[in-house]
Amino acid sequence: MSHIWIMIAKRLGLGVVTLFVVSLIIFLGTELLPGDFAQEILGQAATPETVAALRERLGLNDPMHIRYINWLTDIARGELGVSLANGQSVSDLIGRRLGNTLLLALYAAAIAVPLSLMLGILAALFRNSFFDRFANASALTSISFPEFFVAYILIFFLAGAGGVFPSISNFRTDPSFDEFLYRAFLPALTLTLVVTAHMMRMTRAAIINLLASPYIEMARLKGMSPMRIIVKHALPNALAPIINVIALNLAYLITGVVVVEVVFVYPGLGQLMVDSVAARDMPVVQGVALVFAAAYVLLNLTADVLATLSNPRLVHRR
Amino acid sequence: MTRFMSNGGVSRRGVLKGATAIGAAALVTPWGTPLRAQPTRGGTLRVAISTGGTTDSLDPGSWDSEFMNFQAHTRNGFLTEIATDGSIVPELAESWEATDDAVVWTFRIREGVQFHSGHVLTAEDVVASINHHRGPDNTSAAAPIVADIAEITADGMTVTVTLSAGNADFPFVMSDYHLPILPAQADGTIDPSTTDGCGPFRLDNIEFGVRADYTRHDGYWKEGLPYFDAVEQILIFDNAARQNALISGEVDYIDSADLNTVHLLERAPGINVLSITGMQHYGLPMDTRAAPFDDNNVRQALKYAINREQLVETILNGYGTVGNDHPIGPGQRFFNTELEQKEFDPDRVAFYLREAGLDSLSVDIHLADAAFAGAVDAGILYSESAAAAGVTINVVREPNDGYWSNVWMQKPFAGTYWGGRPTEDWMFATAYAEGVPWNESYWSNERFNELLVAARSELDEDIRREMYFEMQDIVANEGGTIIPMFANYVGAYSDALAHGDQIASNWRNDGHRMSERWWFAS
Amino acid sequence: MGFLTGLFWLAAVIVGAMAAGWVFRTAVIAVSPHGVAREFRTMPLTAGFGLLMIVIYVLVAVFAPAIAPFSETAIVGREYQAWDNVHLLGTDNLGRDMLSRLIYGARNTVGIAFATTALAFILGSVLGLLAAVVGGWLDQLLSRMVDVLMAIPALIFALLLLTIVGTSVINMILVIAVIDATRVYRLARAVAMNIVVMDYVEAAKLRGEGLWRLITREILPNALAPLVAEFGLRFCFVFLTISALSFLGLGIQPPTADWGSMVRDNATLISFGDITPLLPAGAIALLTVSVNFVVDWQLHRASGLRE
Repeated sequence: MSHIWIMIAKRLGLGVVTLFVVSLIIFLGTELLPGDFAQEILGQAATPETVAALRERLGLNDPMHIRYINWLTDIARGELGVSLANGQSVSDLIGRRLGNTLLLALYAAAIAVPLSLMLGILAALFRNSFFDRFANASALTSISFPEFFVAYILIFFLAGAGGVFPSISNFRTDPSFDEFLYRAFLPALTLTLVVTAHMMRMTRAAIINLLASPYIEMARLKGMSPMRIIVKHALPNALAPIINVIALNLAYLITGVVVVEVVFVYPGLGQLMVDSVAARDMPVVQGVALVFAAAYVLLNLTADVLATLSNPRLVHRR
Repeated sequence: MTRFMSNGGVSRRGVLKGATAIGAAALVTPWGTPLRAQPTRGGTLRVAISTGGTTDSLDPGSWDSEFMNFQAHTRNGFLTEIATDGSIVPELAESWEATDDAVVWTFRIREGVQFHSGHVLTAEDVVASINHHRGPDNTSAAAPIVADIAEITADGMTVTVTLSAGNADFPFVMSDYHLPILPAQADGTIDPSTTDGCGPFRLDNIEFGVRADYTRHDGYWKEGLPYFDAVEQILIFDNAARQNALISGEVDYIDSADLNTVHLLERAPGINVLSITGMQHYGLPMDTRAAPFDDNNVRQALKYAINREQLVETILNGYGTVGNDHPIGPGQRFFNTELEQKEFDPDRVAFYLREAGLDSLSVDIHLADAAFAGAVDAGILYSESAAAAGVTINVVREPNDGYWSNVWMQKPFAGTYWGGRPTEDWMFATAYAEGVPWNESYWSNERFNELLVAARSELDEDIRREMYFEMQDIVANEGGTIIPMFANYVGAYSDALAHGDQIASNWRNDGHRMSERWWFAS
Repeated sequence: MGFLTGLFWLAAVIVGAMAAGWVFRTAVIAVSPHGVAREFRTMPLTAGFGLLMIVIYVLVAVFAPAIAPFSETAIVGREYQAWDNVHLLGTDNLGRDMLSRLIYGARNTVGIAFATTALAFILGSVLGLLAAVVGGWLDQLLSRMVDVLMAIPALIFALLLLTIVGTSVINMILVIAVIDATRVYRLARAVAMNIVVMDYVEAAKLRGEGLWRLITREILPNALAPLVAEFGLRFCFVFLTISALSFLGLGIQPPTADWGSMVRDNATLISFGDITPLLPAGAIALLTVSVNFVVDWQLHRASGLRE
């Protein structure tokens, strides 16, 4: 087992380097954006005097590398800094939103992952049947509609006049669990429709890929039921790619849902990021980018570890 | 129905009394009966606001979005208030008087006004609140409007303001949403991050870019107000989401409706559309220093080449009125009623081009929807109508992001919008006076500048009106900005809500004071 | 009752589609030379239908100016006219003919999405295969770079880059292609890694075959199936990214007709039960489903699984 720990340590080290490079790219990116914070935040109210005074007050006049190094030293001390816009601590700002984002991602994943595994297995079992084609076509249709459009359609049928679910998931801080499930149902359902197809297709493909291999042929000749062959023999060996695609989709659920947040007025990280980019609020942009990148790195690491564990040959290799 | 109520019966009685009448006409429901129920107390008002962001802040000097503007009037009190008819009335100042030259203003502060924290209002609070926006290197967005204050002092319950030059409209300036009265600290400043205030509602919780929650301030000094027990204010950025929230009953009021589908929203059961003509206008400023716009004949030709009616119909879906190339709204005190309305007129275009000595004219206009909703479409319509008059206009689409820093006042022909200002002087002084930072067309006119200064301290209404009439004429026929349309504020609300006979037109949301002016019909 | 009616229409659409697929397959087999015809005979009806649709889309895209009754950008009526004889699908929010814009949208949307996906594939798979074959520092360098780029959320990264470089069509194709290429790279590299260790590749290396020949002759043919499968999904994702960007105001810019922005511009209509915004969205869905049907068929053929 020890080589797994070594792998984890190596990957974590690499992850830190990745985060550093990401922060550098995002920083340079925000520097290249036209306009700066002082101009954007004062908007039409920006006179040359107020812009200059605001820049001075926020230290925006320092050269770019000085500001980056300052930010980096803060990070090294475990501080994400404060928002240029309203002086709130970035870790507080992100903390609240991150909680919401993770909850929604978990909610959607709790529906989507079992659903897509089940559909994928059934589709592989009844491959080329009507069910297979139908499941496939519906899944593809659901991901070919733009997210916001799926959301509007769900709202029209499930919310709207006389609807069952609320069309916006606005809740006061700390809603009860039941209330959360109820209010966040439509965004979670939208996200489920968006991610299911990818995972389902991968599950189906990974299983079918193995069905041509000799040991499956063997099992079939022994007279095993098709369902048993797939669940007992094919699925365990198909786990690695499936876990990988699940990790990718979980990462998407955390980092890529800004449009769903906008439509359902869900206070998550995506909207915070977009707002901050628009306002050039560098500390917040950097903070959120780091959280996103960290989520991605950790999920991938978890997926690789799980994939390794799922394969005895990899666990016990020398 | 709603579309016609906008500006029909502007009250002019205020003009004679020396008060303003920006106001809108009485409202009627889709059934034609006036809403005139006795106000009742209770209920939670749930409002969806369209603009704002995680970058908002509690500092009054930074307030810019509709979200914070609504918050400003729900939580705070101001020295003066713009009433629903557009006149200026006392709020925290009980009364005021000015010297004959309108240079020294004395405000008598109301006694016994309680803040949510229990603190009782003093004159020092007022001075500290205004001073927050003054002084060198001040970053407040309101710094320019209080720049004329030379001295402000408190004495007992009076506040004396000395201006560097006379301003007959100074009480209007004190109603600006950046200038809420907040409690002074021991050192004579306010705490810009305080959530205290002396308005109708106590702010319980605010999450920028998401929501704010308020409960009624029981010690509010206005007798019997507010009617609601609580207010929930939610930011909904997406047009469709906002409309859906109203239709599905998640909110009672939306501050802005999607103009594309507002005609369908009007037909939805239990929903009323609110359309108010105010001072919000869209403009196309030309840099009057740059060729060919330095020639007034070219500017006039371009002004006659635009089809204003078509823009109002298409870009505003009819929810607006045509503009006449000056920024004064038809409901304002000194709106020039005698000025000829410009229309699409190919003959005049040809005439002015001849005067300019040009055979043909081809210009680029730089637009993005950040300038105003539908700006690019407006540009496309403009270029189609101009082509019919023999003028080529190339629409250059610019990115929304960074528009105000990189295009506006940088390119010689671009787009802009103004929420308007409550007084003629304020509007002209902000964007048309020579050398001011927001003079979008870099325009300078000697006669106009003289009149502007003279009218500012003129206390005789008739002379003042004459002066402002002439200034509107000059701006319209010699100025550098095409102002094709005035856009209505178009919102919508559930018919559970009721409001007074008149709705203020100085801002959206009944002058952003709906939380104390509206109630639930029982 | 409503449910049953819905079910009936669904069944009717499926049967109709299959019938179209069958007719198309029969026609193709009839006109194809013998060798090719045999390939098509194995084609399932879904793939036949998919291929038919793709052909129709391509024809519409190529001959848009000839087919469309009105011009793409001209304002020909009042805004939001209902469906009638002149404007078969009514007019949009500016009074432009909806059907014409839908037809021109095929050209713009499909063209741009296809160009982007193709570019992403060329870039991603060439680099991925190269990394797998050459290995060593090149592999390390490319893989770490891709790791970093993938750690930044795609949509937000696209937003940032497009704000910097400006929102022209070319920029959008390049930005999305580069971002999507990272995903293709990972897949291509993973697939190629498994092939590189095969004996026949070793043998080819020992024969002294050049890098280019090695990649094109030995590795690419064997890596094609999973790459083709990925192409289908990637194509969907590019559509989605473009429409999400449009939603956030940075996508294909008006007055160019594109399905993503057409959905967005008219999306509030759906709140009132008007199905007009469904049309461009349906056009996108139909195409992606068709592409993936064909891809499935190819994948099935390549996997060697015969049942």
